[in-house]
Amino acid sequence: MARRAGRIMSALPRASRALALAVSLILEGAVAQAGPPERVVSINLCTDQLAMMLAMPGQLISVSHIAADPLASVMAHEAARYRLNYGQAEEVHAMAPDLVLAGPYTSRYTVGLLRRLGVEVRELPVAERLSDIPQTIALMGEWLANGARAETLAAEFRAGLAALAPNNDERPRAVLHYANNYTSGSQTLAHQILTFAGFANIAEEAGLSGGGTLPMEQLIMLMPDVVISGQRYPGLTRAEDVIDHPAMEALRERHAGAAVTDAEWVCGTPAVLSAIARLTALHDAEGS
Amino acid sequence: MRFALLLALLAALVMALFTVSLLVGPAGLTPARALAALIRGEGLAETLVMREIRLPRALLAVMIGASLGLAGAAMQGYLRNPLAEPGLIGVSGSAALGAVLALHTGLAASFALGLPLAALGGAAVAVGLILLMAGSGGSSITLILAGIAVSAMAGALTSLVLNLSPNPFAASEIVFWMMGSLADRSMLHVWLALPLMALGWVLLASLGRGLDALTLGEDAAATMGISLRRLRLVLVAGVACVVGAGTAVAGAIGFVGLVVPHILRPVVGAQPSRLLAASALGGAAMVLAADIAVRLILPERDLKLGVLTAIVGAPLFLHLIYRTRKEGL
Repeated sequence: MARRAGRIMSALPRASRALALAVSLILEGAVAQAGPPERVVSINLCTDQLAMMLAMPGQLISVSHIAADPLASVMAHEAARYRLNYGQAEEVHAMAPDLVLAGPYTSRYTVGLLRRLGVEVRELPVAERLSDIPQTIALMGEWLANGARAETLAAEFRAGLAALAPNNDERPRAVLHYANNYTSGSQTLAHQILTFAGFANIAEEAGLSGGGTLPMEQLIMLMPDVVISGQRYPGLTRAEDVIDHPAMEALRERHAGAAVTDAEWVCGTPAVLSAIARLTALHDAEGS
Repeated sequence: MRFALLLALLAALVMALFTVSLLVGPAGLTPARALAALIRGEGLAETLVMREIRLPRALLAVMIGASLGLAGAAMQGYLRNPLAEPGLIGVSGSAALGAVLALHTGLAASFALGLPLAALGGAAVAVGLILLMAGSGGSSITLILAGIAVSAMAGALTSLVLNLSPNPFAASEIVFWMMGSLADRSMLHVWLALPLMALGWVLLASLGRGLDALTLGEDAAATMGISLRRLRLVLVAGVACVVGAGTAVAGAIGFVGLVVPHILRPVVGAQPSRLLAASALGGAAMVLAADIAVRLILPERDLKLGVLTAIVGAPLFLHLIYRTRKEGL
């Protein structure tokens, strides 16, 4: 654009200099807009939380309604201070954002529509490993032009992780059992949290790499030492019935250790440190 | 004599399918190991799989299948209309609505029988409505249209309740409540459904004599000492009990009450009392077979039972409508 503007300028006769100056001023204005975003809207739970940690005062104007749900979000309290959105393109566009933060699983239609409406949408990749988390933090810091704060947060995370030294002497076999018999395989953040705390993940034995279902019969045949159940939500659903199935209860009764995954497990944020800490305590109790 | 032989054959079929149902599953147990675990409790994991996962599944298939066969045969006998089926006329759908309301308002959690009783309530309202609209001797078209309206309303309200639920898994369960499944049910569900179902079986089985008399017409039945009002009341209560209790734990499974009596009616000589017993066994066999098939066709995917029963039942339904039209009813 700038080069083209230059060409136009040189082609213009002297008398039109004033107009050309005006054009270049407008273009400069556009360049200045690419500085720190001033109206940021987040429509994904994980970007919500990182943005709340890293945004400068007044920069973040809205987070998704899920961020205010204490069952899914570790920052529900903070989220209550922001305007909540439901991730709908029309609603988000009406907030006149200069940057929208989304995740890779955000509806393609919403992201596509926002982009066609001229809104800048950035998608934060999912942290699949603990070692991805500092990079994710740095990326968000870069987007929000608050690199210094991001650097501090990433350093704190690294130090916190190093302090939770893994204990690998004994590796009790654990299963992550969520609603609908869903579990997390070897290429997931939940697997890394589990193994970092000293457990072996049974889904790996079953050959699962990503997330997927492990039929309850198969799970029982693998006889895990520890059952780590998914979080329960209000209302009774058949999906969650499997968590309290008598066969699963029987597995839990074999060992004292059982835990629940919660909001701390969901996103690659520094909150996973407290999930690891709780699991490490469970691991040590199992060992003794 | 021929009827006794038919019942014996059907019972043998149910036993055989029940055994196969116990032997099918992703755990990959050999039949010998599976039966040793089931009967003698050999091996902790195997015993859990057999007694806590496969046994309740097979038991529920028998209970729900028998209930649906019985309910279909009884309703068809009373309405003297082969198209009356709890799933098609919205009784199962209304039972599902009752169940969903109980689960998402906390009624089901507050007392043990809250779930099946709420489903029974839903089913009773639907049967009552249908009988009011289509009545005994009402035309097929009234019955089907009333059924469509009740089904649509129940389905819409079920979806609404599930969409309003704060539970993130609720909305995706719309398909379970409309199609039905026995995956990962437990003995808790067997005990939850059994009391009301057993009551319903007794009520429906007691209708045999009245339904036989009714084949001669309402006036003839009345002269034989059959109280139509009492017959209707017992029918509503019985159907509501069995369909309500079954739907509460396994969702709405359609077409079983249509297909089974249709196949067995010519064999029992179109006598309603005999059709009741035969349809109970036939229904159990059909749901067992469908539940085995969903595990063989798409293991680990939880294909819904209603998908298979509809694939078998819907063409037959069309055929019956066509024949009814030709007969000018």
